Amino acid sequence: MSRAVAVTGTGRTTRRRLGATELVWLALAAVVVIGAVLVALDDQNLFSIANIRDMLSRSSLLGFVAIGQTLVILCRSLDLSVGYVMALSSLIAATTMNGDPARVPLAIGAVLLVAGGIGLCNGLIVTVLKVNPFIATLGVGLIIKGYLDTEYQGPAGDVPSSFQQFGFSRIGPVPVSTLVMLLVAVAGILFLRRTRTGYHMFAVGGSADVARLSGIRTGRVLVTAHVLCSVAAGIAGLLIAARFGTGSALVYNSGYDLESIAAVVLGGTLLMGGRGGIGGTIAGVLILAVLDTVFNILAIDPFFKDVLRGTIIVAAVAIYARRQLDRRASRIRFGGDGGSGGSAPPGAPPDNAPGDPVPAGQGGAR
Amino acid sequence: MTVTTQQPPPQRGTGARAADLLARVFGGGSATVFALLIVVFAAIFIVNPSFAEPPSLMAFLKQAAPLMILAIGQYFVIVSGEFDLSVGSLVGAQVVIAAALIDGEDGRTVPVILLMVGFGILVGLVNGLITTLLKVQSFITTLGMMLVLYGAIRLWTGGAPTGALSEAFRQPGRGGIDMSVVRQLPYALLILIGIIVIAVAVMRSSYGRTLMATGDNERAAGFSGVRVWRVRTLAFVISSVAATLAAILIGGYAGVTAQVGQGLEFTAITAVVLGGVVLGGGRGSVVAAMAGALTLEALFVLFNQLSMPSTIRPAVQGVIIIAAVAYAARERARPRHHQEVPTQPATQS
Repeated sequence: MSRAVAVTGTGRTTRRRLGATELVWLALAAVVVIGAVLVALDDQNLFSIANIRDMLSRSSLLGFVAIGQTLVILCRSLDLSVGYVMALSSLIAATTMNGDPARVPLAIGAVLLVAGGIGLCNGLIVTVLKVNPFIATLGVGLIIKGYLDTEYQGPAGDVPSSFQQFGFSRIGPVPVSTLVMLLVAVAGILFLRRTRTGYHMFAVGGSADVARLSGIRTGRVLVTAHVLCSVAAGIAGLLIAARFGTGSALVYNSGYDLESIAAVVLGGTLLMGGRGGIGGTIAGVLILAVLDTVFNILAIDPFFKDVLRGTIIVAAVAIYARRQLDRRASRIRFGGDGGSGGSAPPGAPPDNAPGDPVPAGQGGAR
Repeated sequence: MTVTTQQPPPQRGTGARAADLLARVFGGGSATVFALLIVVFAAIFIVNPSFAEPPSLMAFLKQAAPLMILAIGQYFVIVSGEFDLSVGSLVGAQVVIAAALIDGEDGRTVPVILLMVGFGILVGLVNGLITTLLKVQSFITTLGMMLVLYGAIRLWTGGAPTGALSEAFRQPGRGGIDMSVVRQLPYALLILIGIIVIAVAVMRSSYGRTLMATGDNERAAGFSGVRVWRVRTLAFVISSVAATLAAILIGGYAGVTAQVGQGLEFTAITAVVLGGVVLGGGRGSVVAAMAGALTLEALFVLFNQLSMPSTIRPAVQGVIIIAAVAYAARERARPRHHQEVPTQPATQS
């Protein structure tokens, strides 16, 4: 992402500025240091094998969901159905496997297919029916909830121990699930930086109108993002099945939908789309995981944890906002106009070169 | 409450004026919600004709009032281009606060209610100032507030609500004036009507127009001299105060439990969007937002009347919401098409 600064920043001052992603990783470092000091004051070691393992395995589940959510948010959309997709996926996985190791591939295939199908529905409802993504995905989530509540009264299915390895086994201190999550993250980063559709996602998020006028099929891009997001949530569901040993419908009460959005925004991706990336999201997920682990070690009251978490999320985003938005305070939709009309309003921040508001358009260069 | 919405044919004179007025009150794009409202009510009446009698209608309105008030509050925030996800937690917090502080003593009712309103204003101010001055997106601000309130209240009470509400406190939510035809005119309905009148008046005042302009185009509003931060912050305060009033009604109607208010933020936002108000701001009417809430409540009643298993209700609700919003979007897409697409071709590479 340091390249991103050099490429976008035509002004002289920008070279010294940190990119969003570096900032997030710095924040993560700060959280780790502060956490380590607090834990050390409590006469414990944050970096003991057990604690590192705890942090990493916490991060994997949210990580999958947040990676998918990043893609959708980059396109200026949103997915509130991920919690329900996770629950459904865990149930499909567990009931399909039904204790038989030979059926594992079949179950994985079924989960990915169903999750992808749900993502397709989300995407089509948003693009074709033009329903606001907030309502579309909330509605699809409610539909899945209805199905889950009707079909499954409790945990169902049985996951063979071979697949439970996905949830529990480790290589050194690093859980396999975290490795898989990081692999997916790398794949996602490559997808965003190296493929045409990935570039297009930044463009669509920056300004759907400009993207369309530049010849991008915005609908397809958005649908792709939604499908990938649901598939990522499906993988998270698989992980849940592997950890619990059964499928559980109650996962949707765990608040993964809002938490994943919080992680994405914590990772420096703009909710208004067009700016951000998976690298930052991973840092955001790790921040939340480290916080949770530190809270756990210090035995902080679970309710106080919520208070702290809420405060920290808001404070962190406020700090990013200070650094980013002072230059880019203009709404993206206005930025797009300024680029095409060439008539920046008089009060516009003067430090931008005229072409600058459009990086959303070709922002894939990042 | 069966508001007639069929647009009179465009005759000259009073007919045209009435049509114009109807369109203005019900806000062009939100005809869908009124149509849906009528359909749902018709279905209820067919399933259970006795529902049409005034007493049961009054009971229904008493039950629906809190959500309608929440939707009105949420409308102000949404129309200014923001979200308020903290209202559900705030309702829960306020009910728990009331129970803990009143502790069953009638004499404390009024001071505690004043305190609650003060707390509501404070929460709204914090939401608004963090969003506008610190430039944190409202989704995150209010999500944080939701977590903070949720945790803080349980931390304070040790997990389960303590204390009890006083009889006087419960009156607005469950009581009413005894009358002949309707048997009981609920106080909740009177409060609701008062709030609707105030809300409509506010939206027609210069503040309301400024709010709408801010939601439509923050930048343009800023250049025309609007203090955007002030306008938006006030919207958050309105939303929080509305949530406080809703909490008083809900507490009175349903009493204190640990779950009060959970998920209400999504229901309120859904209601507002169902009313044809556009997320992102600048479009939609407050009456329609309220009608969206009424429609949702009516839908829940219909589910009851059909004795539909509670487990599949969310699914049906989801389908109906998506369908209604999709239909409204289709309607809205036509006239606005010209504005949406920039007229000059983009000159970027």
